[in-house]
Amino acid sequence: MSLLSFFNRRTSAPVARERLQILLAHERGIVGGKPDLVAQLREEILAVVRRHVMVEQDNVQVKMNRDADISTLEIEIEIPAPAGASA
Amino acid sequence: MAKVLVVTSGKGGVGKTTSSAALGAALAHGGEKVVVIDFDVGLRNLDLVMGAERRVVFDLINVVQGDAKLNQALIRDKRLENLSLLPASQTRDKDALTEEGVARVLDELRQKFDWIICDSPAGIERGATMAMRHADVAVVVTNPEVSSVRDSDRIIGLLDSKTELAEKGGRIEKHLLLTRYDPVRAERGEMLKVDDVLEILSIPLIGIIPESEEVLRASNVGSPVTLNNPASAPGRAYFDAVRRLKGETVELTIPTDKKGLFGKLFGRRAA
Repeated sequence: MSLLSFFNRRTSAPVARERLQILLAHERGIVGGKPDLVAQLREEILAVVRRHVMVEQDNVQVKMNRDADISTLEIEIEIPAPAGASA
Repeated sequence: MAKVLVVTSGKGGVGKTTSSAALGAALAHGGEKVVVIDFDVGLRNLDLVMGAERRVVFDLINVVQGDAKLNQALIRDKRLENLSLLPASQTRDKDALTEEGVARVLDELRQKFDWIICDSPAGIERGATMAMRHADVAVVVTNPEVSSVRDSDRIIGLLDSKTELAEKGGRIEKHLLLTRYDPVRAERGEMLKVDDVLEILSIPLIGIIPESEEVLRASNVGSPVTLNNPASAPGRAYFDAVRRLKGETVELTIPTDKKGLFGKLFGRRAA
C-alpha cells in the first residue's frame, strides 16, 4: 500500500452504519411486526378485488421496493376481459 | 431470588458460548451460585469450552424427559464449586425440548441457584426460542459487523414479543454485550463504533469485550477466559460486565492487553 492510498483510504464503517439504519428502519416498521406483510397484502387486496371481478390467484403480482427515501408497493392485477367483450 | 439470564444473538460465531462461560465463571467467582445451561441441542459446545467434555453423562433432554434426575445431569466445575453446567444433548432432536419440560427444569434450578445462564444456539428456531422463553434478563451478544447487528435487532424483537415475560405484558431486561471489538480499527473508521451499534440497537451496554488472543487461548484449554486469565483484557471486561449485571455502576472502558503505539493513541474510553 502506497503512502498516498493510505491517506486516501475511504472509511467503510460509516457505510455500514448507514446501510444498517436504512435496512432496520424497514425491517422494524414493515416486516417487524408482520413477518409476511407482502403475502398478507396480496391476500387482502385480492379479496377486495374479487368482490367485483373474478381474478385468478396467479394473476396478481405484488412487489416491494426499498430505497433510502421512499418505498414503493407495486400491485399488478390482471383482470380478465369480460365474456363477449371482444364481440 | 434466582435470575434466569439468556445469552443470545441470532447470528452464530459471535461469542455466545464464550460469553456464557466467562460470565458464569465470573459470577461464580464472586460467590454467586451459578448454573450454565447449553440449549444447543445436537451441537453442544459449552462442555468443551468449560473443560467438562469428558464428564458428560446425562443432559438437559434426559432431564426434560424424566430419564435422569437434575442432580445426575448437573456437572460441578472442578475450579469453582458453586459453578455448574447442564450440557445439551449431542444426539437427540431439538424438538425434544418441550416448553413445559424446560419450565419444570428451570423451576427446579431456581431453588438451587442464584443465576441460571441459558446459552442459546444461533438462529431463531426452537432451541433459541426455548432458551429465551423463560428469561428475566437477556444479554445480546453482538459483533461490530453488519450481519451481527441486523440479527441482534431481530432477536431484540423476539425478546420483546415471544418471551413469557413479554406475553404477560412485562418487559424483559435487555443488555448489549459488544464482543470482538477492536478500538483501533473503529477509530480508523474500519469498524462500527460502540456508539454506532448503541444508536442502532438502542439497548443499554453491559460491556465491551475487546478482540483478544486470550479468548482462543482459554477455549483451547477448556477454561472460561475469566478463570484462565482474569487479568487479561477480555477477562477484565467480562468481570466489569458482571458487576454491571449485578446493578453496580462501573465506568465503561475498553481494557487492552498490551498498550502498543496504537493502543496508546486510540485505546480511549468508550461512551
